[in-house]
Amino acid sequence: MSAMLSVKDLAVSFQTRRGEVGAVKGISFKVSKGEILGIVGESGSGKSVTSYALMRILDAGGVIKAGDATYSGIDLRRSSERDMRDIRGREISMIFQNPRAALNPIRKVGNQIEDVLRHHSRATRYDAKAKAIAALEAVKINDAEARYNAYPFELSGGMCQRIVCAIALACDPRLLIADEPTTGLDITTQKAVMDLVRDLIRERNMSSILITHDLGLAAQYCDRILVMKDGVIVEQGDPVQIFSNPQHSYSRKLVDATPRVGTNVRSLLPPEDRGDELVPVVSDRPLLEIRDLTKTYTGKSGPVHAVKGISFTINQGQCVGLVGESGCGKSTTSEILVRLMDATSGEIIFDGEDIAQVPANGFAKDGRRADIQMVFQDATDSLNPRHTSRQTIAEPLRRLGKMRGAKLTARIEELSTLVGLPLSLLDRFPHQLSGGQKARVGIARAVALEPKFLILDEPTAALDVSIQAVVLNLLVDLRAKLGLSYLFVSHDLHVVRLLCDHVIVMKDGEIVEQGPSQEIMSNPQSNYTKTLLAAAPKPPARRQAN
Amino acid sequence: MFATSPRLRATVLRVAQSIPVVIGVVIISFLLTRALPGDPAVYFAGVAANTESIEQTRVAMGLDKPLIHQFFVYVGNLLQGDLGQSLTSGRSVATDLAKRLPASLELTLTALILAIVIAVPLGVLAATRPGTWVDHLCRVIVTAGVSLPTFFTGILLIYIFYYLLGIAPSPLGRLDFIYLDPDHVTGFYLIDAALMGDWETWRGAAKQLILPATTLALFTLAPIARMTRAAMLTALSSDFIRTARAAGLSNRTILYRYAFRNALLPVVTTLGMVFSFTLGANVLVEKVFAWPGIGSYAVEALVVSDYAAVQGFVLAMALLFVALNLVIDLLYTAIDPRIGFSSK
Repeated sequence: MSAMLSVKDLAVSFQTRRGEVGAVKGISFKVSKGEILGIVGESGSGKSVTSYALMRILDAGGVIKAGDATYSGIDLRRSSERDMRDIRGREISMIFQNPRAALNPIRKVGNQIEDVLRHHSRATRYDAKAKAIAALEAVKINDAEARYNAYPFELSGGMCQRIVCAIALACDPRLLIADEPTTGLDITTQKAVMDLVRDLIRERNMSSILITHDLGLAAQYCDRILVMKDGVIVEQGDPVQIFSNPQHSYSRKLVDATPRVGTNVRSLLPPEDRGDELVPVVSDRPLLEIRDLTKTYTGKSGPVHAVKGISFTINQGQCVGLVGESGCGKSTTSEILVRLMDATSGEIIFDGEDIAQVPANGFAKDGRRADIQMVFQDATDSLNPRHTSRQTIAEPLRRLGKMRGAKLTARIEELSTLVGLPLSLLDRFPHQLSGGQKARVGIARAVALEPKFLILDEPTAALDVSIQAVVLNLLVDLRAKLGLSYLFVSHDLHVVRLLCDHVIVMKDGEIVEQGPSQEIMSNPQSNYTKTLLAAAPKPPARRQAN
Repeated sequence: MFATSPRLRATVLRVAQSIPVVIGVVIISFLLTRALPGDPAVYFAGVAANTESIEQTRVAMGLDKPLIHQFFVYVGNLLQGDLGQSLTSGRSVATDLAKRLPASLELTLTALILAIVIAVPLGVLAATRPGTWVDHLCRVIVTAGVSLPTFFTGILLIYIFYYLLGIAPSPLGRLDFIYLDPDHVTGFYLIDAALMGDWETWRGAAKQLILPATTLALFTLAPIARMTRAAMLTALSSDFIRTARAAGLSNRTILYRYAFRNALLPVVTTLGMVFSFTLGANVLVEKVFAWPGIGSYAVEALVVSDYAAVQGFVLAMALLFVALNLVIDLLYTAIDPRIGFSSK
């Protein structure tokens, strides 16, 4: 196999106000004809910057400082901008994360495909439409003729990603760079999109670079994997080898942190950090009983039934996982339970009393407000950017706990130690903290008033896997130490399995299946649960290295 | 453009929504003029009037009737196109407005077109070349535009181009006295002269127009340029621009078909706002250039409590704003396919 793309000592840096910052620091790799190469790394590893540098579409301030990149004999670093424009889209093309934003919002998707076709002289004014429809059909879009006239906002996320693929593949490029193509998509959509991309690549005998933070995903779809950290390649090899016998300490950490079958929550951490798992006390006494809960929104085209009469019970000390894809009603359910939204009907029996009777607007004045707290999905957006960590954690203590002065300070520091946030970070603002530190602040705020029940709404969705591992372990420890009950809302069955005793699977506002998590994971009854389990990326099981 | 029925429906709905606004405007303009200080009957009765003749005038004008009755009389007259009689000019208010409104509109529109022609490309250039001389020039013009009041720039322009250089005609009205007014078709001298084929008059009108229009344009240029620059910067840093670049599209396509069309939305909003405050800023420019527009007419009428004229002016302006907002909203629907669905 000959190398189609060869990169040698590539270095990229950005001009910032604080001087030059190196994003990629001399990396070399090759992509052979027909090969799918995975570049795996966490945020800030330089994996996306590498791909932008190859396409020469770096953001303002980004410069290739050194090295060479050769594609089929063409020098990508020194080619003229005009030549690069011919290469982009026709020889090398890209698909991106967040597909809806990656499309022009006010132009018909068909026209967007035509733009590319006509620019690369693959179509004339007369046959452009037919060819655009053909390109839509190539990415398996049903009713392509009707979709031609659609605007991106009228399509689902998965459909938008297919359109982005259609644009990228319209001119038969030889190399496809996929930059986190499925981040933010549901797990079944992720599988559909990834299978489609892989099939198209194989069919057309193209090469591809898959850039992702998900080692499991890369292992499933790539022939070879590069692991990047801080702008350098720390390890490369075939997926099975990296999973079974990672050489570099960082790739070992990444492999460990990737949740998969046969692991427990402690084994996500590096071996030296694994303490004994604390065993939570689960009683048989129900803390929360949901009976026939419904929520109906009035939409423009009639009522929307977001939650259609669900019932379940959470016992004291239990951790219940609520799993489902976007639109299944899991966020609505958690918002109703945390009393930020009123249910249309149904009962929420908390500690023997129906709290659904207390309107959500007045619940802040209810004595039980402190008992039910929430950790939000986005650690960054859920913190006030103008409040320091100290102020954020103090807020519930001041308002609901009526704490002041030295007592308050002592409690804040106690909480900070509890969640593993160094005291020196208490006076920093959110933008001065890392993702993991922000997650700790959010958790400290939620447990500040010693609640009985905590709703965790995808608390690790925006975090890198190694940080996710740490935060999940923190949550497990807190539950045991403080005797908390959790409702853990997530789309990731692997993560749910690690944390929860009991799993509820939701689809279209209904519970399709619930039961002990081991049972659901190993012997699912409903077809939907089976589909969800099958769609999750399956990293090769780790063979014990000596 | 309105191929899909939801958008057509949204458009029809939007037009229908402006009907209650018009009714509200009529009520408010009526009440507002009644709330003005001063007794119209006293003014109308004349200087030599005594209590008796004032009372007679009051009855003659219908001002002794209850307010609700007066309102129905007013609406009845309005429906027949009768806006009342102006005290100062002695003509009917409708005639006055028909003569003066086009003068103001011609000035405002010319200024606005001038401003758009300069400001939009300037903003686009500044956004595509941040930190270069174009960007700095844009900033200087924007700052100068907002900080110099129109009466000052107006007088400065007259001083330079009329007094010092002598290339501009005397700043007195819409047309020099050596020309005859073109036949009244639209009331816009440039259009009417062109319709007649009288290019001599057209040039004369254009010459008169250029200085006041420039004065207004300098003032309105700033917000348009600034908004264009900001909107273009936002659009250019969007994800879909990266997609377009990765697909190898040419810079021109990316700039105009992708970035600019998306940047147009905030620019159109700004245009609507600018247009409304330009109509307000007109008063000063009309005074400086002795322009026989609606602004100077209103000020004169207000000073002498010529309430029919004021009422007519308020109504005309309000209707103009309603129409303007309607046009802006319809433009939105034309530019952004998402609008038809989000509107109720």
